[in-house]
Amino acid sequence: MLARLSRSPEAMVGLVLIALFAATALMAPWLFPRDPLAIVGRPLLAPFTDAALPLGTDRLGRNVLAQLVHGARASLLVSVSAALVAILAGMVVGTLAGLAGGLVDEVLMRIVDAFQIVPGFLLALAFVSVIGPSLPIVVLAIALGVWTAPARLARAEVLSIRERDYVAAARVIGMHPLEIALREVLPNALPPVLALSAVLVAAAVLTEAALSFLGLGDPNIVTWGSMIAEGRNVLRSAPSLSIFPGIALVIAVLGVYLFSEGLSGALANRRVRA
Amino acid sequence: MSAPLLTIAGLGVRYAGAAEPALAGVDLAVAEGERLAIVGESGSGKSTLALAIAGLLPAGARREGRIDWPGLGHAPGAGRDIGLVFQDPGSSLNPVLRVGEQVAEVARRHRHLGWPAAFARATELLAQVRLPDPPRLLRAFPHQLSGGQRQRVAIAEAIAADPRLLIADEATSALDTIVQAEIVELLDTLVRERGMTLVFVTHDIALAGRFADRIAVFEKGRLMEAGPAAAVLGRPATAYTASLVASHIGLDTPPLVGGATP
Amino acid sequence: MQRALTLFRRRVIGSIPVLLIVVVGTFFLLEAASGDAVDAYLAAIGGGDATLIQSLREAYGLDQSVWARLWLYLSSLVRFDLGYSVAFGRPIRDLILERLPNTLWLMGSATALSVSLGTALGIVAGARPGSATDKSLSIASLALYAIPSFWLGLVLSVVFAVQLRWLPTSGIETVASGKEGLDRALDIARHLVLPVVSLGVIYLALFLKVMRAGMAEAWRQDYALAARAKGLSRPRIVLRHIARNALLPLATMIGVQAAGMLGGSVVIESVFAVPGFGRLAQEAVAGRDAPLLMGIIVTSALLVIVVNLVVDMTYALLDPRVGASGGA
Repeated sequence: MLARLSRSPEAMVGLVLIALFAATALMAPWLFPRDPLAIVGRPLLAPFTDAALPLGTDRLGRNVLAQLVHGARASLLVSVSAALVAILAGMVVGTLAGLAGGLVDEVLMRIVDAFQIVPGFLLALAFVSVIGPSLPIVVLAIALGVWTAPARLARAEVLSIRERDYVAAARVIGMHPLEIALREVLPNALPPVLALSAVLVAAAVLTEAALSFLGLGDPNIVTWGSMIAEGRNVLRSAPSLSIFPGIALVIAVLGVYLFSEGLSGALANRRVRA
Repeated sequence: MSAPLLTIAGLGVRYAGAAEPALAGVDLAVAEGERLAIVGESGSGKSTLALAIAGLLPAGARREGRIDWPGLGHAPGAGRDIGLVFQDPGSSLNPVLRVGEQVAEVARRHRHLGWPAAFARATELLAQVRLPDPPRLLRAFPHQLSGGQRQRVAIAEAIAADPRLLIADEATSALDTIVQAEIVELLDTLVRERGMTLVFVTHDIALAGRFADRIAVFEKGRLMEAGPAAAVLGRPATAYTASLVASHIGLDTPPLVGGATP
Repeated sequence: MQRALTLFRRRVIGSIPVLLIVVVGTFFLLEAASGDAVDAYLAAIGGGDATLIQSLREAYGLDQSVWARLWLYLSSLVRFDLGYSVAFGRPIRDLILERLPNTLWLMGSATALSVSLGTALGIVAGARPGSATDKSLSIASLALYAIPSFWLGLVLSVVFAVQLRWLPTSGIETVASGKEGLDRALDIARHLVLPVVSLGVIYLALFLKVMRAGMAEAWRQDYALAARAKGLSRPRIVLRHIARNALLPLATMIGVQAAGMLGGSVVIESVFAVPGFGRLAQEAVAGRDAPLLMGIIVTSALLVIVVNLVVDMTYALLDPRVGASGGA
């Protein structure tokens, strides 16, 4: 499986981009120990003119590169947490629905349906505006829009695994349904759900950016979306202020997509061979 | 026996990424108007032979050796000179297109007809494969037909261009015994009436014995023996053939050889 | 037609409980908001005395219990009454009906663009899976798929509206232009080009990918081999046999993406100042107008249900096996 992954050029390019993204995010406090929102120079310094401020400054004279690097941190934190919350919630609900069957399954799946017909972004917007913009709320808001995909997947996996021999055997030897779920079903349902996780992270990066672009992110944190929104005020005179964080977004998301493409290819091969 | 329709010399096929060749060193001639049964278990290379003859090997498959068509005088075209019938008509018919279109498109392509004439031809063909109410059937979708009816449609498609050679690749294996007998009888009649050459690929040596003039036995990509049906069944030259024959003869099986009329 | 109607009835009945869950769920979410519409209104007009507050609360039914208000909401919803917007001082239904057409134009055009171009390019890529054309189109679609639509909108407006001045930067039509008929339609179309492209590109990439994957899957089916065995022309095999089957997963994906596209139009409408449904959502958030937000969410859920009904019906037309009893 790993060998297959390493032979896929998409997966390798994706992995390099993700590593770049993660390394930037993790090293932000060491690279730019100062508050990225501090004013460091004259406003609207053009990029590539000052070696100390390679990407110039924004409307208020803040270091664009420092903001970009710290933005990676916010983006990574929010998107990975949102994906984790979504996967956890989705797997619990999906597994429960699949194992319980009957009325419980029916009710849970109608709730999943309900979440799928409400535009996730609109729901996130309403959620943040009602409870107020803070990092955990943004994470939850994003997770609200995407948890249905892992829920459906987990349920489908559970339903197919349930019929297999070793689960029937576990039932015969008198294991409690919950024990069967935890020890037999979940570990087997995990790989396809994890393959989905990359796509969820990418979607979360984009949603977070859109939310903070509309001013619904945590106001105390620099994000790529808020940088784009901020740069938009001077779009005509200094378009680079909006363009740089956008390019960072594209690179991060593209890296995750490339990796997930390679991963699902490797998983598909594993399935064929199994 | 008349002149060969096609001759195969030193034919070998290896699929992309496969360790073993699917076919190796096959020499075989198919005579004009004969019925040749290609017999073997799954993985013996018999379906690969059918695809190789029709020129339908998948991209990436490596082919060596020659297939010549002295009886045809030109390079053959699948659909025009060679009709193919596959194992499972449930999947070989396109599920979203009407039966009429699927039969008519062959007539349109190879007999250069317009659509109205092609549909008229399709109606005739459906009648020739003895399907009831052809005009109504033209508008049906494959899932509305029974398995046997679908296979009749597939046969109608295969003979739509009046090909010289009909290849039936396990064409009866997916059907139940009674329907199987009907389809075999239909193929028998069509081949006789139209003077087509028939290559009948099957794992069922008993069926081959009832139906074919000659039998060619394949194992693991190699041609084990070939000869008149009665000879191959009566005096198998290899232990493999003998085991195939033995496994098919039950206590209540009628004599095999009597059915194979020349 | 009979089977399509049966399916239609089943889907409509099936969506009622789901819609009910949406309404109740949204109701309680907005219930959790600190401060109601009256507070927001008072803050906007600079405060008011206790009697005013009391009378306002009574007027909007805010003095009753949660359950009574939920019941009130549901019973007015049945009459298509979505309540009254405090922020706008108008019935919510009127506001939504006024804004919805702009969003429907935006979404409809973006869908038309992404489906037609995505399908066409998907067919080109899927005609020969694994070819150089296929690989380059797949990588291009992945790259397009990674571009945030709102950022693409900004970049496009910098290039085409600010630098080249080919297209207008914002709005749905030229204000007070006095244009009528075809002139006005062309004016609106010019305003829609950039928002439609920005919203549509990500879906174009997605539909390309789905169509291409559907074709690759169709090539592996027996009927693909059978079509080659019939000696049909290559265009006929690719278009009539392979692409025709690949349209089925594509249709499903259009339904799945309806909600996402509606969400995406919120941001795009903000970028291009299109006075649409999404922009209304933003204004509801800004004005802390919970009933308006509630009306928007319920309407969008209804819209997604309708789109999915249309997609289901289209699917039933595309796939003769849907709803058929018996057979394989």
